[in-house]
Amino acid sequence: MTTASLPRTYRDYAHSGWRRALLNQGSIIIAVLVVVTTVAIFAVPHFGQPITFTYLLRDMAPALLIALPMTLIIITGEIDLSVASIVGLASVTVGVLVQGGVPIEVAFLVALLVGAIAGLVNGLLITKIGLPSLAVTIGTLALYRGIAVGLLGTQAVTDFPKFWTDLAKARILDTPIPVSTILVVVLAIVFVVLLHFTRFGRGIYAIGLSDEAARFAGVKIERTKTILYVLSGTVSAIAGIYWTLLYNNARGDNAMGLELSVIAAVLLGGVSIFGGTGALHGVLAGVLLIGTLASALRLANVTSDVINIITGVLLVLSVVSTSFLRWLKTARSKPRRTRTVER
Amino acid sequence: MFGSTNGATSRRLAATVAIAASVALVATGCSTSSTPSEDPAAGGESGNYSITFLPKNLGNAYFETSDAGGKLAVEEFGGAFAEVGPSEAAPDAQVSYINTLTQQGVGAIVLSANDPNALCDAIAEAREAGVKVVTFDSDTNPECRDLFINQATAEGIARVQVELIAEQIGGEGQIAILSAAANATNQNAWIELMKDELAANHPKVELVEVVYGDDDDQTSFEKTAALLQTYPQLKGIVSPTTVGIAAAARYLSTSEYKGKVAITGLGTPNQMREFVEDGTVTAFALWNPADLGYLAAYSAKALIDGTITGAEGESFEAGTLGTYEVGADGTVLLGDPYVFDASNIADFNF
Repeated sequence: MTTASLPRTYRDYAHSGWRRALLNQGSIIIAVLVVVTTVAIFAVPHFGQPITFTYLLRDMAPALLIALPMTLIIITGEIDLSVASIVGLASVTVGVLVQGGVPIEVAFLVALLVGAIAGLVNGLLITKIGLPSLAVTIGTLALYRGIAVGLLGTQAVTDFPKFWTDLAKARILDTPIPVSTILVVVLAIVFVVLLHFTRFGRGIYAIGLSDEAARFAGVKIERTKTILYVLSGTVSAIAGIYWTLLYNNARGDNAMGLELSVIAAVLLGGVSIFGGTGALHGVLAGVLLIGTLASALRLANVTSDVINIITGVLLVLSVVSTSFLRWLKTARSKPRRTRTVER
Repeated sequence: MFGSTNGATSRRLAATVAIAASVALVATGCSTSSTPSEDPAAGGESGNYSITFLPKNLGNAYFETSDAGGKLAVEEFGGAFAEVGPSEAAPDAQVSYINTLTQQGVGAIVLSANDPNALCDAIAEAREAGVKVVTFDSDTNPECRDLFINQATAEGIARVQVELIAEQIGGEGQIAILSAAANATNQNAWIELMKDELAANHPKVELVEVVYGDDDDQTSFEKTAALLQTYPQLKGIVSPTTVGIAAAARYLSTSEYKGKVAITGLGTPNQMREFVEDGTVTAFALWNPADLGYLAAYSAKALIDGTITGAEGESFEAGTLGTYEVGADGTVLLGDPYVFDASNIADFNF
């Protein structure tokens, strides 16, 4: 694996910076997003009105937020399946505390702490005990969801201060852009800087390409991964708080299954499930593409199961196409150079 | 080196453009195929009669019946009926449907709410955009929606059951009540009202005991058996819960008491069909979901027309059901519960 993946890495970095930026799956997904949006505006009745984009950005905010740390985790070659359960847990935490008379601002802080601890537990189980992240987070997916549902049972807390629920829905002045988009943009900038412009971020790619090489290069693998899981838990808690306010609804089963749409969007955005490659612009476009497609199809009165089928096909196509293109690339270059072809 | 990578990237681009095109095709293909159902939504010049039913979930026989009633009404006044809904009953799933319908600018949404509070903000946005919102079956907070179509009042439910059992036992004798859980709010309220009704209008009917089957089939079955042994003179059982009445009827149908001890209460036609057919049960009550949907659709039309606004005392025409008046809290009452018996049970499937 180590020796096999190295030549590919060099080849991918053979272009100058701007060409790498333009000609990767991330940029292509952005192009597809633009095409789909344009087509939808002209072909789908009622799509091209401002309120569509308000709803779209508002509803996609949790997925956009969670996709940020998820991208970093997947680039290290790991995964976090427990994010949606942490959303539910944070939502229930806010609900239970507010119901018990705690000021909502305090409840927010406790929920963030709960999210961070949930992430820390994931991180420690993976790095200290050395369990595979897939197994650990499948376990905590059930565990955190179980706690969330156990705390509130089948009831829902729906009585939150109007100031906060209004804020979650508010738009920036008279634009169709919801206020929550500011939160998404700020966090996106933080994660872009973290991933693409810091040593920590370089370390994330290095881990994904080769654990061993990264270790020799001085990357603190355990520390990096633990930090990423704490970030993932914390951001999921932010998404959980936002979810609670947006839908005015704290329930144990909030955001059930969201982890799969987030991971799907991350892969669609050009991040390799094997780690080592990917960038955030593609991921954000991937989340928006899935959301836009679903919104356009819903407006066209397509039923939700058909929407799921289309999203699924899109995802499979994107994963298959990258593997196919890579195969095509190596197959073509084989006769010209005598380099042995890996995989 | 460069030649090879350029070739690869151009191929890669070509392939991706193909994918993009297919995505676009899928998107447009789907939207054009469903455009016809979209047209009426845009086209209602004389009042936007595009009325969409949003049940708690799809694939539920009860809502299929109510929505069929709604469809009948909408077709009668020449509107465009549609039904959308989540596959499982969850409030946040209904939110996205309300949002979509708001974007589509439908005339009215007729919904059965999965949560009394959680949908309010989405409904408020819909109403701001000019969409009328009618709830039926399950209400939201009264201030959220325009109108709630109430299937039955507690008084009506209590009175109809007492009348049914009094008639079936010939106006006198011992009866018992098989309820749900001992702390079930609805059932306890009904039982109190039934006691009042018995005292006021049926003094010769004696209520000997209220037993609780906990809405569990087996418990209800056993409580029925115990009742019949404890009270040999018992002439009738009232079960104001669908689980209880079905379990009691099942016990009676195979026992020596079949045809001698009457059983009635609240049940659904599908559960009770075999017991009505084999003579164990003469008649039982519930509301008629088809009428409920029908009335909800007509009330939506009245709201769209501006005939009513949801204020107390306003009245409107509801097709074959007649004239209805808006009560307190923007509530319209369908009427007394509907009585199902051998003559009409075949018409219902829920």
